[in-house]
Parts: sequence; structure tokens; C-alpha cells
Amino acid sequence: MQLNDEVKVLKKVPMFAGMAPAKLKLLAYTSDRLSYRSGEALFRQGEDGDAAFVILNGTADVLVETDAGAVKVAELAENSVVGEIAILCDVARTATVRAITPVEVLRISKENFLKLLADFPEMTLEVVRVLASRLAQTTSELTAERAEHQAQKAR
Amino acid sequence: MPFLFPRNPRRPQNRRAGPTAELEPSIAGYIWAHTKPQQLWILTIVALSMIPYFMSFNLPKDIVNGPIQGKGFEAPGATQTFMRLSFDLPFTGEVVLFDGVQLERLPMLMALSAVFLALVIINGLFKFYINTYKGKLGERLLRRIRFALVDKVLRFPPATFKRLKGAEIASMVKDEVEPLGGFTGDAFVAPALLGGQALTALAFIFVQNVTLGMITTALVSVQVFIIPRMRRRLLVLGRERQITARQLAGRISDIVERIGTIHAYDTTNYERADIAARLGRIFSIRYDIYRWKFLVKFINNFLASLTPFLFYSVGGYLALSGRLDIGQLVAVIGAYKDLPGPLKELIDWDQNRQDVDVKYQQVVSQFAVDGMIDRALHDVIPDAPNGKLGKPLAAVNLGVVDDSGSVVLDGVNLTLNPGESVAFLGPVGSGSDTLAEAFARMVWPTRGRILAGQANLLDLPEGIAGRSITYAGPDSHLFSGTVFENLVYGLKNAPQAGNNDDGTDPREREWRRREAALCANPPYDPEGGWIDYAGLGLDGPSDLLDEIMATLDCVLLSADMRDLALRTRISAADHPNLARKIVEMRGLLRADLERQNLTDLLVPFQRDSYNPEATVLENLLFGNVRDENVNAARIRTNASFQHLLAAQGLDDTLAAMGLEIARNVIGLFADLPADHPFFRGLNLMTAEDLPAYQSLVQKLDVAGTVPTPEERDRLIRLAFEYVEPQHRFGLLDPGLQASIVAVRHELHRTMPPELREMVEVYDPDAFMETGTLRDNIFFGRVSPRFRDGHEQVNETLERLLRQLGIYQGFICIGLTFDVGTNGGRLSITQRHKVALARALLRKSDYYLFNRPLAALDVRSQETIMAAAAARLRGRDPSVGIACALSTPALAQHFDRVVVFDSGEIVEEGAPEELTQNSGITQAMIRA
Repeated sequence: MQLNDEVKVLKKVPMFAGMAPAKLKLLAYTSDRLSYRSGEALFRQGEDGDAAFVILNGTADVLVETDAGAVKVAELAENSVVGEIAILCDVARTATVRAITPVEVLRISKENFLKLLADFPEMTLEVVRVLASRLAQTTSELTAERAEHQAQKAR
Repeated sequence: MPFLFPRNPRRPQNRRAGPTAELEPSIAGYIWAHTKPQQLWILTIVALSMIPYFMSFNLPKDIVNGPIQGKGFEAPGATQTFMRLSFDLPFTGEVVLFDGVQLERLPMLMALSAVFLALVIINGLFKFYINTYKGKLGERLLRRIRFALVDKVLRFPPATFKRLKGAEIASMVKDEVEPLGGFTGDAFVAPALLGGQALTALAFIFVQNVTLGMITTALVSVQVFIIPRMRRRLLVLGRERQITARQLAGRISDIVERIGTIHAYDTTNYERADIAARLGRIFSIRYDIYRWKFLVKFINNFLASLTPFLFYSVGGYLALSGRLDIGQLVAVIGAYKDLPGPLKELIDWDQNRQDVDVKYQQVVSQFAVDGMIDRALHDVIPDAPNGKLGKPLAAVNLGVVDDSGSVVLDGVNLTLNPGESVAFLGPVGSGSDTLAEAFARMVWPTRGRILAGQANLLDLPEGIAGRSITYAGPDSHLFSGTVFENLVYGLKNAPQAGNNDDGTDPREREWRRREAALCANPPYDPEGGWIDYAGLGLDGPSDLLDEIMATLDCVLLSADMRDLALRTRISAADHPNLARKIVEMRGLLRADLERQNLTDLLVPFQRDSYNPEATVLENLLFGNVRDENVNAARIRTNASFQHLLAAQGLDDTLAAMGLEIARNVIGLFADLPADHPFFRGLNLMTAEDLPAYQSLVQKLDVAGTVPTPEERDRLIRLAFEYVEPQHRFGLLDPGLQASIVAVRHELHRTMPPELREMVEVYDPDAFMETGTLRDNIFFGRVSPRFRDGHEQVNETLERLLRQLGIYQGFICIGLTFDVGTNGGRLSITQRHKVALARALLRKSDYYLFNRPLAALDVRSQETIMAAAAARLRGRDPSVGIACALSTPALAQHFDRVVVFDSGEIVEEGAPEELTQNSGITQAMIRA
């Protein structure tokens, strides 16, 4: 896969969707193309997050370790991005991501991403916009959940 | 506080000159004491050489007067006696040794000429012998004194070294005593010879005329009296010059050693000013020296020519007034001709003597230190001292006061028993470190003693104390040399039997031994046997190697050594076995990776396929470039290489590809500032090259011009460096790859010799001299696509190395790594580990550690120290171990913990007791 194809994939990721193609190309160029065999972990729950991963092809499971063992909470397909919060702030990984087929990813390191943001403030605005809409979505979901919960209790 | 900022910082005064038992107070005394028989011998030879010398004076006259002008050959057929040897003895009359032969005129001419030639040869041979002998004498003396000086350095008490500068000592030993060698040969011969000549000339003048003789004597006396006195100032200046030059050497080495600090603190200009000021001082001293020197010369010449003036004026007057025979006057003037020469040389000799004497005394006074270690303590003790050191090791009322007068250890009583492990706990400066150093004799007690059994540790020979006690401190102090040499350094205590037998000609060895003895140098060979394998409980070198391997494992250094080896280039000629096995390993590594399903980790070089992880140029050449810096450009511009590219039409393709690469790179990087860190990841061009490519692309794209040959070369160069998976511009389709491989085949078939010299073609069945060991084993590229790719391949590699039995050989290659000055080419943690391993390899009764792994994290320290203690204990349960620690984290591994504060022991006990009920220890644990 060439740089231009990688840019196309990045374009589909909401956080990067609004950025100029030239910047996305630089982001892709400075990122690593990595391959994982099926069964290999991209990262593990509890590790320090230092990169976001864009799945270029293949599928991976998102697993949360519980006392009862690993529980699959989601499946990642092509063009999905995972761990992107880690490149904005210091958080530990909240889940394990494991390849279930051979997986090709673009690994966007936090270091490079932050350098890009520092050099091109318009990119930052784009990121803020995406984060804010996400927060809004999460908040409304949480409110709905709470309302449901209250309703159940009242019953 | 003006005292902190003196205008003219005063140098510390030279240490008071103490007794110099082994170096005589004056240079003449020193030379005489060590070369008396040789001096007498050379004097005799010089006297003997005078005979043919004077004979050759008379001969030309005999030849001219005799055979040439015909004196004595007036009658035809007349003969003269040749070679009649006879001399007169009182009472017995003439004794004839040889009657001589009768020769005619022409044979006589030939015979006398032959004698002349013979005398010239004899004189030359005498000169040759005398000069060589004098040179030999001088060099021996130089060797002797240099050795004596370094020997003294080795016996200085430890405190002395805090005030010494290595470079100053080196400049004294190397440069300042150098003139002594040149002077030695002439020390006694010159005054004897020149004095004799001068006295002869003077005597001859006296014989001719007493008055003129008196005048001459008076003037000569003035010369001999005044000139050396005037030169005294020169000597003072010379001494100053010597000291300033030595200090300059010290400063320069200071700059070199502390260059990092100088840059960090922006004091380069201060250093420049300091050096300039010193050089200025040296200049003014030297200028002064020149002025005096030539003034003295002027006066000397004046006095020398005053004498003939008096001869002409006074002698002429006497002759005119009839009181002096004119013949006599002429004879006196003739005789005087021979006086100034020797006299001047004699005065010069005296100047040289004083100069050398001053230098000698200067140096000797610097090396006269009080409290020097007794020579007997350094005697070679050949056998291992196992158990000779008394037990236990005890500090008795030990006090140490440092240079500044502060008490660093006060009234400490502590016993280190065999079989016990003790931690000295306390921060640096609390006394814990000083106590460890005191046990290692690195610091001498000011008060109290350290006893080994009943004996004072400092009175014991180093052959016992230094081998029975091993120390490893926070300054790793590695020597320049290989890792291996550093590891076994602590084992080289005494020359072993056969130390001198290096297999060379026994006569040559005997000669070396005799020469060493003549200069009071020891006869041992540093390259010879020094390791006492039996004393270490080992069978021989291979046993020692096993021991080293185990020790490296113990200090966690094996992986470092393996990696060093992997980065090393070796020659197959030196290691044929290893090279063969490495070639063998290529296939094994591949098979092993296949078994683990990891084949795609390593992209191998294959003759008939394109390696996508290698650059285009690497794929074209399919080989390593020898001397990359020199040859890379020469290969690109090589005519047959270019011709080949053109023939296959590849040059146009590559130029177009280069242009596309340039467009891509410009598109990516044009907006970034030149110092942006992203440029570091760009290997195709530097930020500085970018504008040039920008204008080139613009010119070609907009104006549509055809690139010049240089521009084409620049574009092709870009294409050469291209690696598809890395750059991902999508420029290498299978068709292009195939044609590159085709050109490769063509190139290999027709490769011209000059290219063959610059490129080592990959051969799956041969060892590559141009590649590192890693390159040789991998014979391909590790794909960067897998995050732990390198680790996974390395793991497999290490397993294979062990399986094939070449792991040890590999580590040994790593051990040949040169550590550089002070071990600077190793990381600080590696240095600490090497220093600790060096200590662990020794076999001692006690091991003193003083924060030996300070640069490591606590967990590694704990792992290594526990392994180290287990190793020492496992070898000999009765060893005593003590370790100075700053933090109590490691304390629980010891039998006993002694807590230090302000140079005193404040607490003592088993670790668990202390951690429970002690305030101080609690405080330290919290800290």
C-alpha cells in the first residue's frame, strides 16, 4: 500500500477527516507501517499508551481483562482507528487489542503527532472539534443511561 | 571576597624536596655513579683515537715533500725507508720493531697515499665507534632515569596524586629529561678532550713567550670566569621556561579531559585567554633567553678577539722594540689559533651541563615525596598469597583527615570477619566510602591502623595485601585496551615462569634482558605470562575463558558483548572457523525462523530477486561497497557502470523516478522549518538540500528543460537510495524491479576490475569481509514491519549460536572491543559492569565494594550484587565481603549493616533489627 492509499484511509478517520491532505500525507509518512500476525497483541491493557493505530487491513478484537478472564467488547475492521486518545494525553490502555487475522496497521506515534499539531495549529482546531462532538455524544449517552437507571430504580 | 579572585593566582609551591635516596643530587654525580666504567672506557678510546688523528696531520706534508716534490729521491733509483717502526727507550737505546722496506719514488707515493687512506678509515671508524658508544650510553641513562621516575610515581603515597597532574608528570618523564641522554656521552669526555686541547695550546704559547702566555692566561681566565656567570641568568630563565611549559602541558590535558564542561559552561573563550596568556609568558621568557644568549655570545666573541688584538699591538710593540723575536710572535699567533675553538666549546659544554643539571634537579625535586612506599613492599611475589593475609581485617580507632583538613573518618572500630558480609550504609561523605577505600589502601589512615590479623595492612607487601583484598569502586577506571585486557587486568600480579620466553631467538632475548639490567629495568615481558592459573584454581586459558563467561553472565554483560560482536567486522583469515560457521548459520537461521513461522522477519538477499527492504543501488550492485565514504561516488560515476545503466535504458527510468521522489519529498517537507525533527527520519536528502531540489524540480517541470548531466546524477542518486516499504511513494513496480535484477546480472557478468575492487558481491556461500557479523549471519534485511522484529531475530540468533557452539567465540570477539580512553567507548553502566567483573575474576580473601554499580537502577544493582555475592561465596565460603551503600535498599542482602554518619559509626546490627528500631536507618529508608 502506498502513501496515497494510507492518506485515503486516514481521511476516513473522523479525527483526521478535516485535515488538509498534504498534512495527512506527512502524518502517514512519519508513521510506521507495521504488520501483526494473527494472535499478536497491538497493545495490552494497562500499558502506557504512546501511539494510535489505524487498521489498514485485517481484523482485531478489543478485549477487556476482567476477573473472569478476557471479555471481547468490540471488533475492529479495516479503516478503524484505535487508541487515539493516547496520542493526546497520558493514559494507560483501557483494553487489549489483539489481531485475529494478519493485520496491517499504521502506527501514529504520539511524539510525531504532537509535533505536527505544534507546527500546524489549524490541525489542532480540527482535533478539538472532533473531541468536542465526541464528548457531546458521550454526555448525551450518559444522560440517557442515567435516566433509564433512575426509571428502573423508581419501578 | 578578594582572596577568591587573585590577580595573579599563585601556583602552589613545589613540594619541599625531601631525601632522594635513589637519585643523586647533581647530574654529574648521577651520570658518574651509573656509567663510571663506561666513561673510563670511552676516555681511553678517545685517547687512543688521538694517535691516528695526529699521525694523519703529518702525513700530507710527508707526501708533498717526499715523493711529489722529490725530497730524498734526487738520484734516480734512490729509495727511502717505509714503515720503519722504532722508538727510543732510556738506557737501552733504540728498539726497532720493524726495519721497514726500501721503496722508490712512485711506489713510495702509492704506499704513503695508501697509509693516508688507511688513516682516514681508521679515524672514521674511531669516530663511528665513539659516537655510537656515547649514544648508547646516553640512551641507557635516559632509560634508567625515566624508569626510575615512573617507578617513583608507582610508589608515591596515594594522597600525593590529588595534587599531581598526569600531563605534567608525563611531560617531565618524556620531554624534560630528554637532554640528559644527549649530555651523558659528553659529560666527561668533552671536558677532558677540549680541556686538554686548550691547555696544550696555552702551554705552547708559554713556551714561545712567557709574557704573551701570561696575557693569554689572564684573558682566558676573564672569559672563563665571566661568561658562565653571565649565563646564570639564562639558567634561571631556562628553569622558568621548563616550569611554564610543563604547566602548559597540564592545562592542555585539562582542556581535553574537561571539554564537555567547557562547552556546557561556555568558557571556551576563557580557556583561549588562559592559553594565550601562558603562551605569552613562555614567549617573553624565551625572548629574554634569546637576548641574553646573544649578548653573552657577543661578549664572549669580543673577549676571544681581544687576545689577538693584544698580540698584534703589545707583541708587535715588543717585537719592534727588539724585546721579542718576530719568529716567536708568529709562532705565538699560530698557536693561539688553536685556543678559542676548544675554549668556546668548553664554555658551551659548561652551559649545557648547567642547563641539564638544572633540569635534572627540577625534575628530581618534583619526584622527591615524603612517605614514599617502601621499595621492598613492591617486590615481585611469584606464588599466590592464598591465606597469607592475617585474619580478620580490622579497622582500629581509624581516623582519616582529608586534604582540606576535615575529618572524614573518626575513631572507627570495625572488624570484617572471613565468611561475613557487611554493608557500610551511609551517603557519600558519611565515612562509609572512605572506610572501604581505606581497606583497599586507597586512602591512608591519619590516625589508627588497619590490621590484617596482627600486621598493619600498610606494612604488608602489595603482593599479599593487593591480592588478598579486591576493591571495586564507583569510578570504574578502565585502561585503554580491549574489554578482555581490562577484565584480566587484576590477575596480572607477577610474571609467571617462562614470562620472557616469547619464542624469539634466545640471543635476542638475552640481549634484551642484559640491556634491561644495565638500566636497572626489570626484565619481564608485559606480553608474556602474567596470569597464575594454578593460583586461581584454573587449568589454563580456556578455563579462565569459562570463568569470564560466567562472570559476564553474573554482571549481566553477556548480551552487551554479543551485540558488540555482532557489530564487529572480522577477517575470515583471522577466524577461519568462525567465518565458516557463520556462513553455515545463514541457512540454519532461515530454517529456524521458518519453523517458528517468522520467515517474513528477514528478507534475504537472493541473486535472482529484488530485495524490497534494500535500496535500489544495493539491489543493482548486489554487494557491499568497500570503504563506503570513498567509493560510493566513484561507483556512481564509473564509466562502465553508467554505460551499463544506459544500455538497459535504466538511467532514464531512474532519473524520472528521482524526479518523482523529489516532488514527493518537497510536497511533504516544504512547509517544515529546516530544523524540524521530521527531517531526521528522512534519509534521502537533508533539509539543506531541499531548496536546491525545489528549484531543480521547478526548472524541469515548469520550463520543461532537459536536465544537465549533473542534475541527472543528482536525481539518479535520489532514486538509488529509495526503499519502497520505507518511503511508500509507489515508484517500484515489479517490471522495474525485474529490470534492476537484469542489470545486476549483466553487471556481474561484465564487471570491470576497478568495480570489483570497490564492491564485494553478495555470495550466499562466502563470508563477507565488508559486513559486520550481523550482516553476515542475516544475509538479508530485517523487515521493519514487525515491532519486535529485531528482538525476535536476535533471540533465534543467540539460540543458534549456542547450538553451534560458537557463542563463546562470539563473546570473545565482543571482548576484543577497544574500550577507549578511560573506557569512554563503553556506556557508563557497561563500564561499571566491566569494573565489577574485573574484581569478581580475582581470587581474594576479602572483597571491598564501594557503590560499584552506582550508574545502574536499583533493581539491576540488586540482581547483580546478589549474583556476585553468591558467586564469590560459591567459590569460597570463607571470603569476607563488604560493600559501601548509599541507600538501604540492598542492605537486607548482608549479614550485618553498619550505619555511618559524619565519619562515625552510629549503629550496627543485623539488617532486620536495624530496619525495625532505628531512627536514623528509618530516616534513611524514608529518604
